[in-house]
Amino acid sequence: MTQKNRLSGGQIGRDTTLKFTFDGKQYQGHQGDTLASALLANNVRLMGRSFKYHRPRGPLTAGSEEPNAIVELRGGARQEPNTRATTAELYNGLTAKSQNRWPSLAFDAMAINDRFSNFLTAGFYYKTFMWPAAFWEKLYEPIIRKAAGLGSLSMKPDPDAYDKGFRHCDLLVIGAGPAGLMAALTAGRAGKEVILADEDFRMGGRLNSETLHIDDAPATDWAAQSVAELSALPNVRLMPRTTVIGAFDHGIYGAVERVSDHLHTPDPGKPRQTLWRIYAPRTLLCAGATERPIAFDNNDRPGVMLASAIRSYANRWAATPAQRIAVFTNNDDGHRTAQDLLAKGVKIAAVVDTRPDAPRADAYEVLRGAQVIDTKGRLGLTFAEVKLADGTLRTIECGALGVSGGWNPNVHLTCHQRGRPTWDDSLAAFVPGGTLPPGMSVAGAAIGALSTHGALTTGAAAAKKALGLKGRTPATPKAEDAPVSQTPFWYVEGCSRAWLDQQNDVTVKDVKLSHQEGFRSVEHLKRYTTLGMATDQGKTSNMGGLAIMAELAGKAIPEVGTTIFRPPYTPTAIGAFAGRIRGMEFHPTRLTPSHYWAKERGAVFVEVGNWLRAQWFPIEGETHWRESVDREVTATRNSVGVCDCTTLGKIDVQGTDAAAFLNKLYCNGFAKLAVGKTRYGLMLREDGIAMDDGTAARLEEDHFVVTTTTANAARVYQHMEFVRQCLFPDMDVQLISTTEGWAQYAVAGPNSRKLLQKVVDPAFDISNEGFPFMACANITICGGLRARLFRISFSGELAFEIAVPSRYGDALMRKLMSEGAEFDVTPYGTEALGVMRIEKGHAAGNELNGTTTALNLGMGRMVSKAKDSIGSKLSERPGLNEADALIQVGVKPVDPSKAITAGGHLMAETGPVNAAHDQGYITSAAYSPSLGHMIGLGFLKNGAERLGERMRLVSPVTRLTVEVEIASAHFVDPEGERLRA
Amino acid sequence: MIINHPLLGPRDSAEFTYKGDANLINRPDPETASPQDWHDYAYLRDNPAGPHRELWFHDGGDRSWLVVTRNTLTHEITAVELARDVARAEGRSK
Repeated sequence: MTQKNRLSGGQIGRDTTLKFTFDGKQYQGHQGDTLASALLANNVRLMGRSFKYHRPRGPLTAGSEEPNAIVELRGGARQEPNTRATTAELYNGLTAKSQNRWPSLAFDAMAINDRFSNFLTAGFYYKTFMWPAAFWEKLYEPIIRKAAGLGSLSMKPDPDAYDKGFRHCDLLVIGAGPAGLMAALTAGRAGKEVILADEDFRMGGRLNSETLHIDDAPATDWAAQSVAELSALPNVRLMPRTTVIGAFDHGIYGAVERVSDHLHTPDPGKPRQTLWRIYAPRTLLCAGATERPIAFDNNDRPGVMLASAIRSYANRWAATPAQRIAVFTNNDDGHRTAQDLLAKGVKIAAVVDTRPDAPRADAYEVLRGAQVIDTKGRLGLTFAEVKLADGTLRTIECGALGVSGGWNPNVHLTCHQRGRPTWDDSLAAFVPGGTLPPGMSVAGAAIGALSTHGALTTGAAAAKKALGLKGRTPATPKAEDAPVSQTPFWYVEGCSRAWLDQQNDVTVKDVKLSHQEGFRSVEHLKRYTTLGMATDQGKTSNMGGLAIMAELAGKAIPEVGTTIFRPPYTPTAIGAFAGRIRGMEFHPTRLTPSHYWAKERGAVFVEVGNWLRAQWFPIEGETHWRESVDREVTATRNSVGVCDCTTLGKIDVQGTDAAAFLNKLYCNGFAKLAVGKTRYGLMLREDGIAMDDGTAARLEEDHFVVTTTTANAARVYQHMEFVRQCLFPDMDVQLISTTEGWAQYAVAGPNSRKLLQKVVDPAFDISNEGFPFMACANITICGGLRARLFRISFSGELAFEIAVPSRYGDALMRKLMSEGAEFDVTPYGTEALGVMRIEKGHAAGNELNGTTTALNLGMGRMVSKAKDSIGSKLSERPGLNEADALIQVGVKPVDPSKAITAGGHLMAETGPVNAAHDQGYITSAAYSPSLGHMIGLGFLKNGAERLGERMRLVSPVTRLTVEVEIASAHFVDPEGERLRA
Repeated sequence: MIINHPLLGPRDSAEFTYKGDANLINRPDPETASPQDWHDYAYLRDNPAGPHRELWFHDGGDRSWLVVTRNTLTHEITAVELARDVARAEGRSK
């Protein structure tokens, strides 16, 4: 018979039968079931194995606080480890597997650990796997990771999408139990924008699990009516299946909505989960309370559950873990479980109540002043051993045992900004206290109002107060208001292997041992015993541990304090944090204007910052990148090459103080730069270290265009705005980044002028006389298209940079290629660009590396003493100007066949090779097709005076030792004749 | 966090880039400052547990520099000013 433990009633859709498998076996459940409720209905109590001792475990709870029933859900790439069976919504075709067992759940070879439990106590790993240290990574850690640990990953890319979203409201209500519903009704009816979020798929909270009445009708009816009213209000947004995971600064809350987790696969176009950022000036936490267990020996057998959880399964899901059930309680709430089960036809073996004055009942036996001291049953509970008030023992046959030790308010979110809860003696529990996150208030069971009446009235009053609503507090519906008195009862005297934290296998004995070994702080206890760690974060176990610690230390529980609650409230998939930002969407991809043209040419691309730039352009027959790069360099130096340099930052500087502003920004002078001229500029940080370099072109009296390196474009712009707004606020100057506004190409080589003359309109004279080296101008090309022309050269050749509005970039590149055919025009990529700048001795990012000064870069004299500029004063510091300061030099191998690599250090020809004898280092290296051997740029102590000296270049990392000669950094055309041609 | 921009109203802090101590506005006078003044300006920062005046750049917005007074313990923000106004008030000009 299927579903032999299915009861009558409940909030499940019996018309819909859902098929699912657990550990390969087929079962059936109904719409509205969770995996746990469906398994219980099918008489399956055993759902997992414990973390350390591999003990058989079943569900302890019916919610997100579950420590035991942790399964691997789904299969293939969608396999999700460590999923709580108690919150996993059943769908047709669901597959789940138990974890942490081998070969099967019923027979787990690792259960041998349980036999050796005397050795596996608190701190076992710390005490055992200590020596030798080298064994850790290779031996101990892999073994421990295999033996302990929870589920496994699929190791495949997640096929689902995750989204992020933003929402705003006047009031965020967290939790849709009686308090949350009443608060949302109060605020919603007053016309406020309300978001009501609940982690469950069915709103109503505990009302769904109880047989209570509100206004003389079943409380579930009231919950359903309230949800219906709220969903009809246009100003109220209901967010079921949404866990508020953290309370962050300034009323910002993180919430994970499980959009598709209740489906076999997400609907087309829908994400699996959405991470919401909710902006709420006011928040009402109605998170309810969690029942706490009582510790006794072998209290972890499948079938031993929280009494409220058994009630939830019976009332909401019409499922029972067994047909004969006992209850162990220290309060009246446990009796409710017995009453509700009886009403559903489940036999009550007995109610074991620790109180000598416990209420009597006609329908079931109450053992007053008694305690459950042990249990039996290999893979599930069969008997409970009870010590009666008179000290005699009695064995009770039962398939499940409901345990109730009272309720703990769910204070977690009140502590996310380091607030600490306060102790309430009447409840023997922590309640919200101290400093709550700004804008947050608390109502219902979360603040200790444990009755339904208390939840409804505090919910309504807190919403009214939070929103400053005027008028009388509306009447709340009639509901039970049973007095709640909780007396502490944490564990049964004399117990030892009594589980406090079932997820981490921490027993009462472990806590005592850790105290004995000197771990007195609650934070130390947590880390030594692992109490309260892992996926449930001790929601059902922390209090028991604290209570025992307090008792051992002879302190009150509030003196011991709690560990700090941190987000997220429940485990959150990393995918939800990542959202769409993964793979190619991890950062934006910026394409140059010539990208599609370059792609047609078969270019190889490289990521530079967010940009994709052509690295080289292979042609038929080339098999190695060096062949392409060498050809591109040679062709450029011999005729003409074209390179897309759009990625350089371009900043438009305008205003009557533009020149004065640049004079402050660059260490060299700009005030006297003539209109129509361009100048190289070096920017320093205020501490005198080089920040960036580029050119500034004065297009008009009050209009400059500044270029930056590709990598520093954003940073330099920010720096310029800082100088403008914070240091010289009255300068008449405006800045804007135009990097993406203009497509810019370097046209380099002896034939570059001839090529450009074919596209530049004839009105513009670009001859050497009419447009000399470092000239710049606004021009038109191709019969009227506006363009900018700069005669600047990074390659060292006669060269120009031509810029057109970006949308013409593709067309201009194609035009340059077709017009340049007669010169065998050659496109070149970033590699050839790099080779040519090294041949020419131009510094780039490798040299402007955050440690070098103008002096180091061989530009010490550029720092103007005639004016103040950023960094000029501190660049004069003696420490940066010592006689043997590092100066940029070139190096070449004495034997031209030898290699030079960047990163190597320069040492004297003979003598020791160590840091004390370090003379300098190499920053850039390349094969120079122009010279036929490798060359490098680097920094050498007193380098300017040491040209021609022979040294050793060594790199212990790459085992390189090569004899080199120090040379001028300007390997090609040192006199600059070509670029002035 | 939410930064209440003087021109644009409340904005999420994700739109901003943090720089640090607002004392960076007080660049020494190149005519009169001693090497010690320059050293202190470049390298010394207060690190208070409590209210802290600091520079934020609205790079995801209008690109203005702001002086934000933020409590480093609670993240409470008590004042947000345009850095340009602060600089002028402290006597900076051209």
